[in-house]
Amino acid sequence: MRSVRPLVFVAFVFVFLLTLGVACGQEATQEEEDGTTEETEETAAGGVASEETDQEEAAASSDDEVLVVYSGRNAELVGPIIDEFIEQSEMDVQVRYGDTAELAATILEEGENSPADIFFAQDAGALGAVAQEGLFQPLPEEILDRVEDRFKSPEGEWVGLSGRARVVAYNTEALSEEELPDSILDYTDPEWEGRIGWPPTNGSFQAFVTALRITEGEDVAREWLEGIQANDPMEYPDNTSTLEAVASGEVDVGFVNHYYLFRSLDEQGEGFGARNQYPEGGDTGAMINVAGAGILETASNPGAAEDFVDYMLSEEAQEYFAEETFEYPMVEGVEVDEDLPPLSEIETPDIDLSNLEDLDGTLQLMRETGVL
Amino acid sequence: MLAAVTSRLRGPGRAGGRPPALIWGLALLVGSAMLFPPGYLILRASEAGAGGVLEVALDASSLAVLGRSMLLAVLVTALSVTVAVPLAWLTTRTDLPGRKAWTVLAALPLVIPSYVGAFVLVSVLGPRGILQDFLAPLGVERLPSIYGLPGTVLVLVLFTYPYVFLTVRSALGGIDPSLEEAARGLGSSRLSAFFRVTLLQLRPAIAAGALLVALYTLSDFGVVSLLQYDSFTREIYLQYRSAFDRTPAAVLALMLVALVCVVLFLESLTRGRAAYHAGSSGARPHQPVVLGRWKLPALAYCGSVVLLALAAPVGVLVFWLLRGLASGGSLNPVVQTAFNSLQVSAMAAGIAVLAALPVAVLAARYRSRSASLLEGLTYTGFALPGVVLALALVFFGANVFPVLYQTLPLLLFAYVVHFMPQAVGAIRSSLLQARPTIEEAARGLGRSTVGVLATVTVPLAQRGILAGAALVFLTTMKELPATLLLGPTGFNTLATQIWNATSEAFFARAAAPALVLISISALPMYLLVIRERTK
Repeated sequence: MRSVRPLVFVAFVFVFLLTLGVACGQEATQEEEDGTTEETEETAAGGVASEETDQEEAAASSDDEVLVVYSGRNAELVGPIIDEFIEQSEMDVQVRYGDTAELAATILEEGENSPADIFFAQDAGALGAVAQEGLFQPLPEEILDRVEDRFKSPEGEWVGLSGRARVVAYNTEALSEEELPDSILDYTDPEWEGRIGWPPTNGSFQAFVTALRITEGEDVAREWLEGIQANDPMEYPDNTSTLEAVASGEVDVGFVNHYYLFRSLDEQGEGFGARNQYPEGGDTGAMINVAGAGILETASNPGAAEDFVDYMLSEEAQEYFAEETFEYPMVEGVEVDEDLPPLSEIETPDIDLSNLEDLDGTLQLMRETGVL
Repeated sequence: MLAAVTSRLRGPGRAGGRPPALIWGLALLVGSAMLFPPGYLILRASEAGAGGVLEVALDASSLAVLGRSMLLAVLVTALSVTVAVPLAWLTTRTDLPGRKAWTVLAALPLVIPSYVGAFVLVSVLGPRGILQDFLAPLGVERLPSIYGLPGTVLVLVLFTYPYVFLTVRSALGGIDPSLEEAARGLGSSRLSAFFRVTLLQLRPAIAAGALLVALYTLSDFGVVSLLQYDSFTREIYLQYRSAFDRTPAAVLALMLVALVCVVLFLESLTRGRAAYHAGSSGARPHQPVVLGRWKLPALAYCGSVVLLALAAPVGVLVFWLLRGLASGGSLNPVVQTAFNSLQVSAMAAGIAVLAALPVAVLAARYRSRSASLLEGLTYTGFALPGVVLALALVFFGANVFPVLYQTLPLLLFAYVVHFMPQAVGAIRSSLLQARPTIEEAARGLGRSTVGVLATVTVPLAQRGILAGAALVFLTTMKELPATLLLGPTGFNTLATQIWNATSEAFFARAAAPALVLISISALPMYLLVIRERTK
C-alpha cells in the first residue's frame, strides 16, 4: 500500500480544508445573524488591518442595517471611500465587486430576489439597462438636486457620482499637442492611416459613438466610423490596453477616457510615453460620461442606501474622486485636480446618457460599418 | 510479429457488462447537476421565439464567427499536441538533466490566468514591446504584429499545451515497457517503436488532453479579446457587455454547446474501439533513453518553451512589482486572499475528483451509448465561457435556491460544474491503461462495488486522480467570473485581486498576488513530480 500515500495525504489535506471551510461558514452565518460579517474588511482590496475595528463597530448595529452594494467600480478605486463611509456611518456594508456589465446582467437575472441594495456602476449604459427593467426606485429630490441634469437619469432613477471625459491620448515621441487636430472628426484623414488605436467593444467608447450620432447626425457618425476604419486602426479590448499601446508607440493616438493616464504617470513616472489632449470647441470627442449609482426597487434597506448615495455626493467623497481617481466631481464647489481642465471649459454634447435605444442603434451602426 | 504486439493493445473494449447500480446512480446524479447551464440557456433563448433564435443563429456574421472559432480550436489543439508530446517524452523517458524541474516548469504556464498572460505577452512581443526594446540597437524599429490569428494561436498554445503535457506524461509513466521492448526486439527502430507502440498507447491520453485544449480555446475570452481575434466567446461577451441583452447571448452560447458536441464526437472517433491496458507487470520502470548529442537541442527546446510561456510572464510581473515599489506604491496584502484561493481550490479539486470518479469508471469500464452521453454532458460546463456559466447559476441560485445563493457551497458547485471534465479525462485515461482483470478478480472474490472502487479502482487510477485534482486546483485558482458573481459577498481570491488591479492599470498592485498565485499553484505540480520518485 506504499504507493497510496500521496493520495492519502491529499485526501487528508482536503478533509482538513473542508472542515475549516464548514467552520468558517458557520462563523460567517453567526456573524451575519449578529449583523456583521468578516467581509467588510475586504472591501478595501483585502485591507486586513481594519478588520477588528470594523467588526466591532458593525456588531453594534442591528440586522436591518446591512447594506449590500454591487460595485462595477473597482475595489482599487472606490474601496477607500467606501471604507470611509463605513467608518462614519457605522453601518455594515458588504460590497460585491465585478465587471459593470456582468453585475447589471446579474441584477437582471436575480430579479425580485436580488440581495443588492445599491448598484454602483462604471457607466450610464449599465444603469440604463437596469432602469429600463424597472428595477430601480426613484431617488429623493435632495439627492437629485445636487447634480446637473445632464449627469442623471431624467426619471431620477440613478445619479452620476463622478465624471470621465473622452480624450485623445497621443504618443509624446511621435507627436506634440499642437500637431493634433482640434476635432475628433479629423482623424479620418488618410495621414492617420495605421496610427490610431481604439477600443470599439468598450462601453465608454460606444457611448461616445452614440453622442456622435445625436450631435452630428447619423450620416456623420457613419462616415466617421467608415473613415477611421479605412485608416486601419488597431483594436484594443479596453482603455488600459489602448493607452499602453499609445505609450509604447505601437500607435500614435488612441481614443480613451481621461483618467487612465494619471494612474500610469503615478506608477510608471513622468517618462510614460503618452499624454492627453482634449478635442476643442464643444467637440463630441470630449464628451463626458459618468459613473453613478441607483437604489434597487427591492432594496431591503432603502434608508441606508440613500445615506450611501448621499455620502458619495458629499464634499469629502467628491474631493476623493477629484484627487484620488482624477475624475470630475459632480457637485458644484469641489475643484478638479490641477492637471485637468475644469468641467466648465469642456463643452460637451447634449446627450441623454440613459437612452438605451440609441445604444442599440450604435451597435447596429458599428456592425454595419464593420467596426464590431 | 509486430502485428501481434499491437493487436494485443486492441483488446475487447467491453470490460464488465452491466455497470453496478451504485456507479450508474452516482454518475447520473453528477450528470444531472451539469444540466443547469444548458437548461438556463434554453430558457433564455426561448424568450426570443423560434424566429428570433434562427435570426441570430443563421446570421451571416454569427456563422463566420463560428467558422473562425473552429479554425482557432483546430490550430491551437494541433500545435499544443505537437509542443507537448515531445516535452512529456523528454521529461519522463530520457536522461535529460533536471527532468523533475523541467516537469514542474513546463506544467506551470497553465496557472497563469489568460487575462494576465495575454497582457504580459503583448507587452513583451508587441510591435513596440520589451523584445523590440532589446533589439532596437540592432536597428529593429518594429516587430511584426502579433495580433490576429497567429498571435492568438501562439498565446493560447503557450497557456494550454500543459493539458496535453500532463495527461500524456502521466500516461507515459503507466505504459508497460515490455511492449516497446518487444517491438524493439522484433527489429523496430526506436522511432518506429515510438510511433507504432507508444503513440498508440498514448492515444487516449493525447485525446483527453487535446479535448481540454479545444474546449478551453472555445471558452477563452481573455486571449481572443486582447489579441483581437473575433471568436465566438468575444461575440457572446459583446452581447453582455455592450447590449445588456441576454437572449442573443444565450442563442450564441447554445451554438457553442452544439459545437462542443461536434468536438466530443470527433474525440470519440479518435478513441476508436480500442481499450488500452498495461500488461501484468504493472508499472515496471523504463530504462531511460540516453540523449547523447541530442542533449543540447533537447534542453534548448524545453528552455525556449518555458522561457516564452513562463519566464517571460513571471519576469514582467517581477518588473512591474519592482517598478511599483520604486515609485513608492503600496503592495496588496495577500495573506488572506491567498488562503481563500488555496481553500476553495483544494475543496473544488477534492469534490471534483469525487464527482468525476463514477463518470470516469463508467466511461472506461462500462462503455455504452448512454455512458458516453453522460460523459459528454459533463464537458459542456468546461466549454461554456465563465460568465455564461456564472449567470446560469446566478439565475438558479437567486430564484430557486435562495438559501444557498452567494454562499461558499454554491461557488464550489460552480467550480465543479466548470472544471470537473478535467478530472474525468485524466481519471478515465489512467483507468484505460490499467487492466480491469484485477477489479474483476476482486469482485469475483466477493468484494462489494464500493469495496472494489475504494481498494482496487482508486489505487489503480491514482495517477489520473492526482493529475485531475491538480488540474482542477490550478484552474480554480485563476477562475474569475464565477468567483466574482457567486462567491460570498466580499469574498476575495488572488484572482479577483489581480483582476481588480489590472483592469484599472494598477500593474504593480497586480504583480504580488499574481506571483503568489503562481507559487501556490506550483505546489500540486511539485507533489505530482515527487510522487514519480517513489515509483
